[in-house]
Amino acid sequence: MANQGPAYYSPYPAATYEGVITPPEGKALLLEEIVDEEIAMREIAKVMLTKENATIFPGPQVLYGFNEEAKKKATLIKEMSEILNANMIPMYDYRPKYPKIDAEVEINPNHPNLTIWHNNIKAAIFIGVHCHYANVALKMVRSETDCYTVAICGLSGHEDAMATLRDQHSSELEKFNKIAREVKKELGL
Amino acid sequence: MSKITDMTDTHNWSGQRLVTADELLFEAPREKHFMTGSEVLKEAVKRCTVDASVSYPITPQSEAAHLIGELWAEGYVGTYFRGENEFGVMSEVAGCAMAGARTITTTSGPGTLRAMENFAQWSGTRIPCQLILMARGINSPLTIQPDNLEVSYMLETGCQIWYAENVQELFDMSIAAFVVAEKPDVHVPIITVVDGFFVSHTREAVMLPADDIALFPYEPYKSPLPPIDSETPPGRFLRDPFVMKSNYISYATHASWQFEIRSAVERSRPYAEHFLDGLVHTTGSEDAEIAFVTCGTASHQAKEAERELMKLGIKSKVIKLRTIRPFPEEELITALEGVKHIFVPEFNVVGWLEKEVKKALYKKTEADIVGGPRVAGGMSMPAEAIIKEVMEKINPGKGA
Repeated sequence: MANQGPAYYSPYPAATYEGVITPPEGKALLLEEIVDEEIAMREIAKVMLTKENATIFPGPQVLYGFNEEAKKKATLIKEMSEILNANMIPMYDYRPKYPKIDAEVEINPNHPNLTIWHNNIKAAIFIGVHCHYANVALKMVRSETDCYTVAICGLSGHEDAMATLRDQHSSELEKFNKIAREVKKELGL
Repeated sequence: MSKITDMTDTHNWSGQRLVTADELLFEAPREKHFMTGSEVLKEAVKRCTVDASVSYPITPQSEAAHLIGELWAEGYVGTYFRGENEFGVMSEVAGCAMAGARTITTTSGPGTLRAMENFAQWSGTRIPCQLILMARGINSPLTIQPDNLEVSYMLETGCQIWYAENVQELFDMSIAAFVVAEKPDVHVPIITVVDGFFVSHTREAVMLPADDIALFPYEPYKSPLPPIDSETPPGRFLRDPFVMKSNYISYATHASWQFEIRSAVERSRPYAEHFLDGLVHTTGSEDAEIAFVTCGTASHQAKEAERELMKLGIKSKVIKLRTIRPFPEEELITALEGVKHIFVPEFNVVGWLEKEVKKALYKKTEADIVGGPRVAGGMSMPAEAIIKEVMEKINPGKGA
């Protein structure tokens, strides 16, 4: 069961029920604490570099090249996975999967815990997933697993992740990658 | 008829200059007009760059729906059509909003109940459409009288619910409602309620900004669910075999989904706080031991009673709730500090607001909560009825 975050005792946790909502502009969220973006970026990099089977879950908004920003982000996310030594399991889309999802090759928003259990993932970044699906998946992951979740969001962020960065565009992803390199060096990895 | 291709970066299809919600609501100069609630709603919609409106007649909202139709004829609203019935209307609203259109509709009384299934579907699909609910009775024998019992049926649909007291609030709220409902982290439908006839059909002074400015259009690509297109048909997320089955994964998905809808409503608090200037408005004596907790036109009547009680040397205050979903629990508790007697005057037979207030205040106040006075079926609630209720409580046996 979930052992992290402010909704620890709830079988189906929702951080808003504990009074935690998305961070204000220019800030980030670490559990229920509002912090400067750079502090959160350092913590996220540290967690991803030190937890078992760290994985990035890129969603449709960065998997499909529907505009130049999406293409740029996709390149930076690939770079991010190399810096963090992280695997990548995509969330291609939100279509029904028949006869069942293949947890080896993709994560489904309606049962993300299967992918996390199957691959024994202890830290994960959700990026480019439409907000509603990210929030549904994050609630389930918090409820069903001990995976440390990170939301890197282009809009307002996700209070149900253990760490949330909001308004993340390609310039912010470049900043994150730079910080992640520094943290990696500090950890001697 | 306007076309979406007429839109530029600075002006919408009808030539109105595009402005932020803050400029439209707080900064633009205003002039005084004298209008009914239905006319004022037309003025609000005129300034909202609305893509779509679906109509169906039912008293007392028919006039508002027909006036929005005039806006379409004048080129201010993108598309406008009549539904087959209220169920059809709300389904069509869902379709418009899922496709990325800023959509508004209106209904009243039995129409609300006929369309009921759709409201939970609206919130489940996280469309940011707006329903203006001009409340009226729903029961047999059929009535067209103002009575807000149907609001109780809307409380657990997962939609945001705001309540306007008068025509001015209806204007400002229905503009702010789009803005808050469309915030990416909120993005759930909003129901803006007014008491039918008392607001829809009465003429009052109202301050309006010029009509050559309007809200920036809705940006569907900031939606938390992808808007429908040929690759993304509506309801795709409903068809997953795991979700449709009855097993543990299905349970987990549905529970998370439902908590997420309610979380989205909770996330609207700071935005509503800004655009409504607080979730509750308090008038009267700050140090009063008697408080009225109200919404809608009951607030107006309670304010009348407060003034009359003051003449009798009795201090009271009126705490008007402007949002019901989210329910402003903390704000209410703060406003009730020092209060010993709480009265909840209502225009319905079941006392849905009393239940909400009692639930929010359970074990959080030592004040005595009186669910009344209560009128139903469209009867008016004179200030004397409220004063009588108060006097019987604080001056038992002696009356007013």
